[in-house]
Amino acid sequence: MLPTPSTSHVEFDRIYEPAEDSYLLLDTLSSESEKAFLQQRFSRGTSDVVAHDPPSPFVVEIGTGSGVVLSFVDAHAETIFGRADILSAGVDVNRYACAAAGRTVSVAEQEQVAKGESHGFHLGIVAGDLVGALRPAMVDVLIFNPPYVPTPDLPALPTLSEEVAAPSFEEDSYLLSLSYAGGADGMETTDRLLDALPEVLSRERGCAYILLCAQNKPENVKQRIRNWGKEWKAETVGSSGKKGGWEKLQIIRIWRVESLSQEEEPK
Amino acid sequence: MKVLTLNFLTCAVKACKSTSAAFPLHPKDCELVSDTLEANPKLLFNILPRIDWNALIITASELGFPTLPPTPPTPEQLENDPKMMQELHTLLLETQISEGSLVCANCSHEYRVKEGIANFLLPNHLV
Repeated sequence: MLPTPSTSHVEFDRIYEPAEDSYLLLDTLSSESEKAFLQQRFSRGTSDVVAHDPPSPFVVEIGTGSGVVLSFVDAHAETIFGRADILSAGVDVNRYACAAAGRTVSVAEQEQVAKGESHGFHLGIVAGDLVGALRPAMVDVLIFNPPYVPTPDLPALPTLSEEVAAPSFEEDSYLLSLSYAGGADGMETTDRLLDALPEVLSRERGCAYILLCAQNKPENVKQRIRNWGKEWKAETVGSSGKKGGWEKLQIIRIWRVESLSQEEEPK
Repeated sequence: MKVLTLNFLTCAVKACKSTSAAFPLHPKDCELVSDTLEANPKLLFNILPRIDWNALIITASELGFPTLPPTPPTPEQLENDPKMMQELHTLLLETQISEGSLVCANCSHEYRVKEGIANFLLPNHLV
């Protein structure tokens, strides 16, 4: 089992603390089946000739919180992707989370170096709303642990203001609410992300890992993605186990397959 | 944030995203810091094919880096040109933007960078 990155420097009164959902992402991304999928998709091929490597995958986590997931993927890129030369980046709407996540990645990379092991190439964390600042068709792997809890209202997104609010209990509670409160069905933010996926994912290699809870109606979500067209796939690839017959939390993988040639009939 | 990040970012204003002027964002009054990293030619070779080279030429020139050639070098060319290898290593792998702004040429909005974190949250009137 790969070690979980340290987040001991993170202030959890205003940044989401790694929990069961975060750990399910770590377990899923480092599972044998997902390693096989990712290594095949981003493989170096059989040749050792460097010039024949496919380009470095661009891996982005949306809503990094503490950065535990992004730093895990970056630090263990060689094990997960079969190559250390991934480019990693993160986005969070909470500026404190951005700073914490950057630090988490850097600590995890230093630990790899201390062990004489490789790590990915980290570009940085930016503050922003979902994928709004990303160029279209660039992301090869998108990871999203959304605010998925059904709530009566969706908290308003922070907007840019010149004054930085003084730290207060209200401000901290608001920032934390952004990490879990998902509005109707817990899906209001996830719906916006899903709508942006076809544009933001790279055409040939793009895939996404999204965490859902039972109240998000995961079967409906997967069907909706399949309805985008026959090149779109969506499957559950990780699950927290059943509780009263329900899978409480699950990870769905969304990906595009190369369109079938015309003479080939879909199965 | 690494300078290379600019190759993946665009203006976050919806109306800008379809315009070519929204990419690349233009650094303004930027403070740069440099990490010292070991040479990693393989990483450079595997990054180069996915870079928008024309955008990188603009970014490099705006940040005061040596002028880049009009087309990206091949791995073979790089291996035979240690000077260019070093320059690309410095620009793409080592250099970070720590403070300053990133400006959209379409809407003129300036995204502030503070302590290495660019802020793409929009003011109310642009959301």
